[in-house]
Amino acid sequence: MTGARRIGAGRALVIWLPMLWLILFFLLPFAIVAHVSLSEATIAMPPYRPALVWPEGGWLPEYRGTLDNYRFLLEDPLYLGAYLGSIRMAGIATALCLLVAYPMAYLIARSAPATRIVLLMLVVLPFWTSSLLRIYALIGVLSPNGFLNSALGWLGLIDPDRPIQFLQTDFAVYLGITFTYLPLMVLPLYATLEKLDPSLLEASADLGASAFGTFWQVTLPLSLPGVLAGCLLVFIPAVGEFVIPALLGGPDQLMIGRVLWTEFFNNRDWPVASAVAIAMLAFLVVPFMILRNSPALRGEG
Amino acid sequence: MGNFLRTAAVMALLAGPVAAQDRVLNVYNWSDYIAEDTIAKFEARFGVKVNYDVYDSNEVLEAKMLAGNSGYDVVVPTSDFLRRQIAAGVYMELDKSKLPNLKNMDPQLMANAAAYDPGNRHAVIYMWGTTGIGYNVAKVRERLGEDAPTNSWALVFDPAVAAKLADCGITFLDAPTEMLPAAMNYLGLDPRSTAREDFEKGAELLMKVRPHVRYFHSSQYISDLANGDVCVSVGWSGDVFQAQARAEEAGNGVEIAYVIPDEGALQWFDMMAIPKDAPHPDLAHEFINFIMEPEITAYITNYVWYANANAASWPLVDPEILNNPGIFPTEKAKARLWAAAVYDARTDRIVNRLWTQVKTGQ
Repeated sequence: MTGARRIGAGRALVIWLPMLWLILFFLLPFAIVAHVSLSEATIAMPPYRPALVWPEGGWLPEYRGTLDNYRFLLEDPLYLGAYLGSIRMAGIATALCLLVAYPMAYLIARSAPATRIVLLMLVVLPFWTSSLLRIYALIGVLSPNGFLNSALGWLGLIDPDRPIQFLQTDFAVYLGITFTYLPLMVLPLYATLEKLDPSLLEASADLGASAFGTFWQVTLPLSLPGVLAGCLLVFIPAVGEFVIPALLGGPDQLMIGRVLWTEFFNNRDWPVASAVAIAMLAFLVVPFMILRNSPALRGEG
Repeated sequence: MGNFLRTAAVMALLAGPVAAQDRVLNVYNWSDYIAEDTIAKFEARFGVKVNYDVYDSNEVLEAKMLAGNSGYDVVVPTSDFLRRQIAAGVYMELDKSKLPNLKNMDPQLMANAAAYDPGNRHAVIYMWGTTGIGYNVAKVRERLGEDAPTNSWALVFDPAVAAKLADCGITFLDAPTEMLPAAMNYLGLDPRSTAREDFEKGAELLMKVRPHVRYFHSSQYISDLANGDVCVSVGWSGDVFQAQARAEEAGNGVEIAYVIPDEGALQWFDMMAIPKDAPHPDLAHEFINFIMEPEITAYITNYVWYANANAASWPLVDPEILNNPGIFPTEKAKARLWAAAVYDARTDRIVNRLWTQVKTGQ
């Protein structure tokens, strides 16, 4: 009797702790942002007229919200352009990450267990430095008088007085995102590749497949769950990335993070900024829902 | 859910400000904007601890002020932002009986600032300056020759001139309310106009030169000018002088000059004010009064190379600074300075939308 109750309490704790976490750090902030997105901007503290108003002594709030902020997003092509721009940039950066990370993960998974730990450490190590510091270090490398241009000048490849403009270009942004998010791609890839049964590769070779054929027909399909997980881990934060394009990119990259910043800080229009954030979430949730049902992500490939 | 939200809000309130009886003062000021020892002197004299935080844009300060419960006791918004924040109810009225040093302030400059804060009831001028052009003397001469238009906004707003400087680096402030009026002024329009078509004409001019602009940023140019990474920056007077000083210290042969163009420039005031919810309002008054001491404010000016509005401090200001027309403009130049117009929400949106267009080029 007592034993059964203790198991019941333990189970409730296990279930409710993550639930509580989600309510506190996802649902509650989401509800606040959604509420602000339905409100009207005004000059006050805070600078909006709430959509939900509690009447004196009443229990049920009165709804005085508006969908104008969402309508506004549809009227101005700026917002759609920024969403598409962000998705394009995040997509390219994710592909670059995958190209760099796959061979790395493969090498780590195939090396001796002792070396493996060292190599994994080397992948994770940059995470120990603040990402902002790493981006500033990249600025030092890429700036007109920076290491890269000095090195190229010293090698005689460029005229030192006419350095190549690396900073404030798309190249710098892709480099920055790939550099920052690489571990997020390497680790899930490594996890699936490491579990790969070597006897399958031997069987493939015995049956006459070339090295490339084995990779293409056996290794790659079996590592798809890792590829998908890595791509999602990189793609989703990259879409909303603000710091890297702001520090390394040029002014002509229209990104949703930047647009959100402008709405919030320059226009001090918190409701429209919130609507931009909610719309971005919707943009990201839809592809995720599609992928969620794919067998590869569930590891049934 | 409603109760839950309220409980969460109350918890956030309790966690926010530091308890009022602590001898602590929380100051939020612009980056690179105070002398090395000002804070230490205040701490020593009043036996308190000062938490000194910095920002580099009015927008960041404003977002914190409008959210409320920032925990700061003294903040330093620029005049036009100050006015809107006063309208939103952010600041308390100053208790002038606690500010005897107000007698040191220049009446004319305080009257100018009263355009934003009627009767100077909420704020006192900390420093003031202009938005002009900083440039690398040697590199500009190398590209444009001896007759370079270094006394004119043409240096950055004439597409033909800007094209010649592009590879060496032109930067603009990421401040639409300063850049658009400057462009309008160059076109012969009223820089204080709030008419949509005037903003559009200004934006059109900026669109023509934007292919030659390397970036839009409000503090990055200080070090880039000093290192010789960029050639011409639209910038704030004292920041350009800091770039000049850093280049001198580094001894890298880079010579930076600041000019208030002949067409005129924006004059702004950074104002000390106390948020209504400041946890230590008495100490905040002491701090503002302390800054208004002639020696203290003169020392800050000597350090940051921004003009102050404290007439009693001027005899103590370094003559090199006092006689520098880029910092304390001549009477002739003063006549061509303009003060920022205050925009309503609709105008803000127009200005920022045009600015996004200018920055992205689409």
